[in-house]
Amino acid sequence: MLEARGMSKRFGEHTVLQDINLSIQRSEVVCLIGPSGSGKSTLLRSLAFLENYDDGEVFVEGELLGYDRASDGRRVRSRPSRLSDVRRNMGMVFQQFNLWPHLSVLENVMEALLRVRGMKKDAARRLALATLEKVGLAEKADAWPNRLSGGQQQRVAIARSLAMSPAIMLFDEPTSALDPELVGEVLQVMRQLAEEGMTMVVVTHEMGFAARVADRVLFLDQGHIVEQGPPMTLFKNPQSPRLAQFLGNYLERNSLFEAAPALNRVDD
Amino acid sequence: MAHASLWQRCLTPRATIPKTLTWSAGIGVWLVVIALWALVTYSGLVRSIFLPTPTAVLSAAVSMIGDGSLWKDIWSSAQVVLYGFLLSSAIAIPLGILMGSFRLAQAFLDPLVNFMRYLPVTAFVPLFILWIGIGIEQRVTVIFFGIFFQQLVMIADISRGVSQDLINASYTLGAKRRDVVTHVLFPACLPGVIDMMRVTMGWAWTFVVVAELVAANSGLGYISLKAMRGFQVDVIFLSIGLIGLLGLVTDQFFRLLRKRLTSWAL
Ligand SMILES: Nc1ncnc2c1ncn2[C@@H]1O[C@H](COP(=O)(O)OP(=O)(O)OP(=O)(O)O)[C@@H](O)[C@H]1O
Ligand SMILES: [Mg+2]
Repeated sequence: MLEARGMSKRFGEHTVLQDINLSIQRSEVVCLIGPSGSGKSTLLRSLAFLENYDDGEVFVEGELLGYDRASDGRRVRSRPSRLSDVRRNMGMVFQQFNLWPHLSVLENVMEALLRVRGMKKDAARRLALATLEKVGLAEKADAWPNRLSGGQQQRVAIARSLAMSPAIMLFDEPTSALDPELVGEVLQVMRQLAEEGMTMVVVTHEMGFAARVADRVLFLDQGHIVEQGPPMTLFKNPQSPRLAQFLGNYLERNSLFEAAPALNRVDD
Repeated sequence: MAHASLWQRCLTPRATIPKTLTWSAGIGVWLVVIALWALVTYSGLVRSIFLPTPTAVLSAAVSMIGDGSLWKDIWSSAQVVLYGFLLSSAIAIPLGILMGSFRLAQAFLDPLVNFMRYLPVTAFVPLFILWIGIGIEQRVTVIFFGIFFQQLVMIADISRGVSQDLINASYTLGAKRRDVVTHVLFPACLPGVIDMMRVTMGWAWTFVVVAELVAANSGLGYISLKAMRGFQVDVIFLSIGLIGLLGLVTDQFFRLLRKRLTSWAL
């Protein structure tokens, strides 16, 4: 349902993504891991066409994303209205600054329902409240986003995307800006989503989450997908030295600084 | 040991203190200033042609209120500040937000704006008189030129500071480019814009005096210039004090506005 073929992305001379081939099935949960600067965010943004990729193609539900085929076979940038139509199937949650600060929590969730989906106010309100209920924040409906904790803000951001009933949700390190004690509540919501069959691509440093929730883990290094597979295969048996080193660093850091074992972040 | 802990709070960086203490300190500083002023003037330590006594300033105020001239001058200055400030803000706010968000607008305006904002407005005053005359339009122009380019740069910075992720999040929810400008960028800039207005309003009050010193026949700057010729220090002090007071009032206004309009910001 989401597919990239030979996709690459350059910033000037600097090639950030090279020949990315990727196919994500319905209800699949894919975690994207890799060192800082490896291109994870750029990949995710390209999948939502927030970054226009240079070569290759990205398909969302079979539709070419961001470009149209001209009659002579060359591709041209889509008109913005067509782009937002294709994009409508995607929800995306960022590291932080997701919420519109001048709207209450409820209004944040209602806004796109009203303006983009053209729903009636009552219906939008009901749907928004129900979605907030789902992430456990219905009682914060009238609060300003700035008055919420980071974890609560992220859960609202998830609810806001979810209310638009996307076919796929993209997450770019949704817990990286959070205090450690707030990470769990956000991962819990994401895990619940995964269990309900949401298709998800998650950039994360939470290996515990990847291990327990992901169907597949992709390791990205210097703009290449170096290795991919089921989480346990990848974590227990890394083939490439780069991944082994990456995991080694990760485990070492966690055994040094964290009391609880890293893989137990998401509790059953 | 309530006393010790209050004392501790006062000596701790960023610790909050009781409201009553805040108020008393705010009033206290004025009592000290006025007391010092009274001390050096009534005791004759400083001669009254350099520094008038509080009573002299008060009686100057009373007599100017009596013949109605004070209101006329206050209004005259306030009008110039208000017009210049509103005109400048009305153009600078939308233009600055565009400048901070659209690379073309930035490329187009940056060189000009950064040239203009280093030119001292005082140097333009003779030119404005030549072009516009000495009416209120000239003084409004001085205010406008004094603050417009600074406002523009400040607002462009504020709008550049709006997180790209906030904008991207809006796109993924189906926002059109125009929605992003009007429904995301503008509101996100609002707290910063009000703070910016508060700061530049202070500059506007400075420039009004510059404008009136050169060419005016009313206003607070004008009366203090006239008073200087007649060695009426009390009137000079009165006009300075009033400008400060009006500045304080407008400052409080913007503070209130910020609280009212952007209670959602921290
Ligand atoms: N707008 C941009 N212009 C130029 N270079 C960019 C831009 N955005 C990202 N890059 C570069 O692309 C590379 C990949 O960046 P990206 O943000 O995708 O990495 P990442 O894997 O998400 O890293 P992190 O884990 O730190 O978030 C980096 O070298 C970065 O410097
Ligand atoms: Mg990143």
